[in-house]
Amino acid sequence: MSAPWATIRFILNGEPCAVHAPPMKRLLDVLREDLRLTGTKEGCGEGECGSCSVRMNGELVNSCLVPVIQAEGATVQTIEGLATNGELHPLQKAFLACGGAQCGICTPGMLMAAAQLLDVNPHPNIAEIREGLAGNLCRCTGFMRIFESVVKAAANESTSTEEQAAHAR
Amino acid sequence: MRGNAEAHQMIAPGSLAAVLDLMSSAPGEWTPIAGGTEIMVAHAAGKPVAEKLVSLWGIPELRFIEDRTESIAIGAAATFRDLRAHAAINADWPLVSRASSWIGSIANQSRATVGGNLVNGSPAADSSPAFLVYDAEIELVSSRGSRRIPYAAFHTGYKQNAMAPDELLYAIHLPRRFAQHRQYLRKVGTRRAMAVAKVALAVTALLKEGQMSEIRVAAASLAPFPVRLVQVETALLGQPINSITIQPARAALLAEATPIDDIRSTATYRRQVGANLLEEFLIKLRTGDASK
Ligand SMILES: Cc1cc2nc3c(=O)[nH]c(=O)nc-3n(C[C@H](O)[C@H](O)[C@H](O)COP(=O)(O)OP(=O)(O)OC[C@H]3O[C@@H](n4cnc5c(N)ncnc54)[C@H](O)[C@@H]3O)c2cc1C
Ligand code: FES
Ligand code: FES
Repeated sequence: MSAPWATIRFILNGEPCAVHAPPMKRLLDVLREDLRLTGTKEGCGEGECGSCSVRMNGELVNSCLVPVIQAEGATVQTIEGLATNGELHPLQKAFLACGGAQCGICTPGMLMAAAQLLDVNPHPNIAEIREGLAGNLCRCTGFMRIFESVVKAAANESTSTEEQAAHAR
Repeated sequence: MRGNAEAHQMIAPGSLAAVLDLMSSAPGEWTPIAGGTEIMVAHAAGKPVAEKLVSLWGIPELRFIEDRTESIAIGAAATFRDLRAHAAINADWPLVSRASSWIGSIANQSRATVGGNLVNGSPAADSSPAFLVYDAEIELVSSRGSRRIPYAAFHTGYKQNAMAPDELLYAIHLPRRFAQHRQYLRKVGTRRAMAVAKVALAVTALLKEGQMSEIRVAAASLAPFPVRLVQVETALLGQPINSITIQPARAALLAEATPIDDIRSTATYRRQVGANLLEEFLIKLRTGDASK
């Protein structure tokens, strides 16, 4: 027997949205299947790799472990919402400049984790960058270029994404 | 294979009273889900997960940290990020902050709740040893009312606890009286971030005139559930700390610990490392270098 579905409303990348889905369906699947936002990737599906990282109510979460009913009323930001008005986020520019992405599977999650880090701590030291990204695994880059990208983004842009959001408002 | 989301009911009544009503109307029928970092992982792995789930996420009455001068009350749905960000916890219960920083990645800590960690009751739960050595009390709530029990009496067996089927874990209370204590917490695992502990040991101790006047020792992964090591405490109480007293304390730990063999480690290794951690603390205490 299948259990009742629910209508869940939340703010997705600044726009209100509503989905009708089984309440335990993973936010990851709702984003990718129902909402066709395929930037968010699935790696492990168990909270270990971070490739599904999105931001919910200003906090970094693994969308593979969020039942969609728990996103009701939340503000959700995915990789598709990181650039503003067609302009890449400073982190995206830095990843491009430094070779912080290779195959790209980890990249959306890595960028969301890095954006979260810089919002909380605009000038992290290398240990803080490592901690902020410790839940995000990359099979390609060996991490050094990713860390360099974050250092570069933090140095280039003292404007955090929070300040940018304030401008956009 | 992953479980089928459509086979589960999940509701989010949004208030504590509504959740308690639901749980009392059919005790044992509804299983709470807070941050889901245990339940959704079990679901992903195709392990059995309760058919009917009631969400505690986003219920403000459960996600709080309240400083009450003599103690601090931590709501069951407070996340480990909430704990790490709390100035009074950092200052007065530093072992709790440190343990919180170990509960997986930032993304995991943003969802993992204190209540979920304790109710899940893994022998390796990272927050447990710290709560045990701070003499924490657990507050349970149901539509019948609320009651408080020592956290040390909460776990009753492997993944078993003292909660009734209609009860929720409501809060954990920490008394504020450890400022003078030497405090120790160390976890041994394969790597620092995101690795489940092979062994962890926590201690709060008070020396008076060179003798142990108070001591609490607790461990993760040295028993089927997180425990205070009472025999170790007894061996040290009233004693000076020197090579003559350290040996019986080690021996007490080796005798009292009942660890298991599993994929992460063996019982023999866990006992030995547990004893080594205890000795490390005692030596630091003796030489006055017990860093917090
Ligand atoms: C990648 C990853 C890494 C992890 N690393 C660690 C680690 O290093 N150390 C560690 O200790 N844990 C770790 N965990 C485990 C997990 O994150 C924690 O145990 C967490 O605190 C569980 O809380 P939750 O709210 O997510 O639990 P949930 O999955 O929501 O619930 C867990 C259990 O608690 C019950 N429950 C929850 N809240 C209540 C309540 N208020 N009253 C009654 N019952 C309740 C549920 O019914 C369920 O049985 C990790 C998990 C993942 C996915
Ligand atoms: S897919 Fe979610 S953490 Fe790996
Ligand atoms: S770029 Fe391929 S996994 Fe990171």
